[in-house]
Amino acid sequence: MAGGRILLSHGEGGKRTRELIRKTIAKRFENPVLAPLLDSGLLGRLDGEVAFTTDGYVVSPAVFPGGDIGRLAVCGTLNDLSVCGARPVAISCSLILEEGFPLETLETILDSMKSAAAEGNALVACGDTKVVERGNADGIFITTAGVGILHDGWRPSPGSVRPGDRVILTGTMGDHQAAILIARNRLEISSEILSDVAPLSAMLHDVLAAFGGKVRFMRDPTRGGVGVSLNEMAESSRARIVLEENRLPVAAGVRGLCEILGFDPLYLANEGKALLIVDGSAAEEIASSLRKTGYGRNAAVIGEVAEGPPGVLMRTSVGGMRAVDYPVGDQLPRIC
Amino acid sequence: MCLGIPARVMEITESAAVVEVGGVRRAVSVELIDGVAEGDWVIIHAGFAIEKLDPEEAEKTLQLFREIADAIR
Amino acid sequence: MRYVDAFREPALARPLVEKIRSLGEGALPFRVMEVCGTHTMAIARNGIRALLGGGVTLVSGPGCPVCVTPDGYIDAAATLGRRREVILATFGDMVKVPGTASSLEKERGNGADVRVVYSPLDAVEIAARNPKREVVFLGVGFETTAPAIGGAIEAAGRRALANFSVLASVRTIPEAMDALAGDPGVRIEGFLCPAHVTAIIGSDAYLPLVEKRGIPCVVAGFEPLDILCGISMLLLQRREGKPRVENEYARVATSGGNRKAQALLGRVFEKCDISWRGIGVIPGSGLRIADAYAPFDARKKFGIDVVDSAPATPCRCGDVLKGIITPRECPLFGKACTPEDPVGPCMVSSEGTCAAFFKYGEQ
Repeated sequence: MAGGRILLSHGEGGKRTRELIRKTIAKRFENPVLAPLLDSGLLGRLDGEVAFTTDGYVVSPAVFPGGDIGRLAVCGTLNDLSVCGARPVAISCSLILEEGFPLETLETILDSMKSAAAEGNALVACGDTKVVERGNADGIFITTAGVGILHDGWRPSPGSVRPGDRVILTGTMGDHQAAILIARNRLEISSEILSDVAPLSAMLHDVLAAFGGKVRFMRDPTRGGVGVSLNEMAESSRARIVLEENRLPVAAGVRGLCEILGFDPLYLANEGKALLIVDGSAAEEIASSLRKTGYGRNAAVIGEVAEGPPGVLMRTSVGGMRAVDYPVGDQLPRIC
Repeated sequence: MCLGIPARVMEITESAAVVEVGGVRRAVSVELIDGVAEGDWVIIHAGFAIEKLDPEEAEKTLQLFREIADAIR
Repeated sequence: MRYVDAFREPALARPLVEKIRSLGEGALPFRVMEVCGTHTMAIARNGIRALLGGGVTLVSGPGCPVCVTPDGYIDAAATLGRRREVILATFGDMVKVPGTASSLEKERGNGADVRVVYSPLDAVEIAARNPKREVVFLGVGFETTAPAIGGAIEAAGRRALANFSVLASVRTIPEAMDALAGDPGVRIEGFLCPAHVTAIIGSDAYLPLVEKRGIPCVVAGFEPLDILCGISMLLLQRREGKPRVENEYARVATSGGNRKAQALLGRVFEKCDISWRGIGVIPGSGLRIADAYAPFDARKKFGIDVVDSAPATPCRCGDVLKGIITPRECPLFGKACTPEDPVGPCMVSSEGTCAAFFKYGEQ
């Protein structure tokens, strides 16, 4: 390849483009749907109701402790399908590359996408690659879309949430955003925090298979963290959610970072976690079965649905009560 | 205005120290404190260690809380 | 986390709350003022107010250095930021605070180079790495932060950096406490004194206040057990009728404070009269950069003035800062003034009283 970097000619549709696609991109995602390299991936008949989602990924830096933008792009889309009860079938992969982007980094990112897709049992069925002039994209932007088939008999039903239901978080809060903040290196902080980016398809499929009737609905707490997701869940189910501060799982390193900078881990993004609202009587059993899985090993029942007007509250460690509202903007390091 | 957190001194180099909070490390200036040693606990604010934390006094304060708890029972 | 979790232990909180309730029974509500934004936030974040029962009224005073900075300061910073060669370095707290016409966030949207730093030393580093640019650090804070700001100025001096300066807006707490204690409209019966300001200035700094005003003073840490214990100590002082200075935060704060930090402040800064937004000028309550450090004083270097202006009339930040009204008593609270669309700094500052009330649902 031309001296190890992406050139404008890689995006022009000519020989360089075909080489890049065949030898670098498609070769990694080798599967019968992608192989013919037609203008569309032909998925055939799908056996069930279809779910469809998409997301764009612009994270910087592209490679961070615990993962990279490729793993993020695939897991994000797979998880959006999984929390809606859909088994992933296929994803698309659309790349926008900045002129000068190192080919070796691209290969690392593509390898991550391949292994994440394989773990989530999804084919990369189609894709696109564009190159823009230097300065017009921050290295690499990725957009993925995903198609899945809904599990038999289970549908997300926020309307079925009722007082007595309980809230489960499948693991520690804020790891992803904490890792990104440190990787951006403007805080002069070093730590071993890793992004939690992971495909949850298998874990959530197993939960629905074993406890389907007891799970009301699920969300993945990405941008804005658990705090934002819970507020959205409270709104869509008209529920009053009360959290227990002492039960919130937070890794030591993330706590340390938050204490130094004055951040609240409730509002830091996660990329390998799910929130579930479940029948109260089954909550401990579900959490316990999640704890037997790799990605759910720190699962905890973090709160419950109470009587009263919709909203999110938290019983604090010393027994007080406070609101957990939508945040305003990003958290910034503060002295106060 | 006073967000300061207890941190453990891991390493000292000239007038700076590397401190650790829950596994997260940062270099801070220790010019405001005399006689800082590795293993000491300090309060860090805005990139400076502003004072040492006295473990004995900390234990005394916790003991006060426990006495209040016992008296109430 | 060591020395943090132990001071949040739920089993020890309950007895402290019971003690406060029993000490407060059968007496008029005890008006306690805290003068530190970190206390304001800790109280709100832990839901402490509601736990105390009717015997204690917790009032928030002017403890947020951003809230008491006149909006003219933001205007001056914005003006500086518009100069192409200037990099504005600031604590995150300042970014969204409105001036009369703009904010740092808006200026950044318009192309100003505004960078958030965790430490003023990071700003010095930016200056060292960008010799052709002028770095102006927005030095806002009380005595906890002043040594860090002063330390950065001395560091810039040692490194012979000609492109670093500070736009200082530093205020000192004991004078403000005295002014509020003497204001009949404010009515304070006890002070919860700030933990880390006291670590710097020493708890003896409050002795003249107790002598002159007879108001109980307890220095308390920021963890919930510290705050609860501090309040119970104030209630005990009221019962005993012997106001004095007590120190709950003895693990960090001492009676004499941090002498080295005080010496640094004595070198780099000078006492001055300064205006507190919503309160007015409090004599001797400010620190300005000493003449010897003029090259690092952005006001002198760029010839700018910070102009005081009266806030928009319906905004009652001033009365909130003095503890005369609670945020909910301001007609703008939650309506015209919200964290997304703040009118005054009490709402947008990360530890403003109005922001704490709004964010955590305080009543």
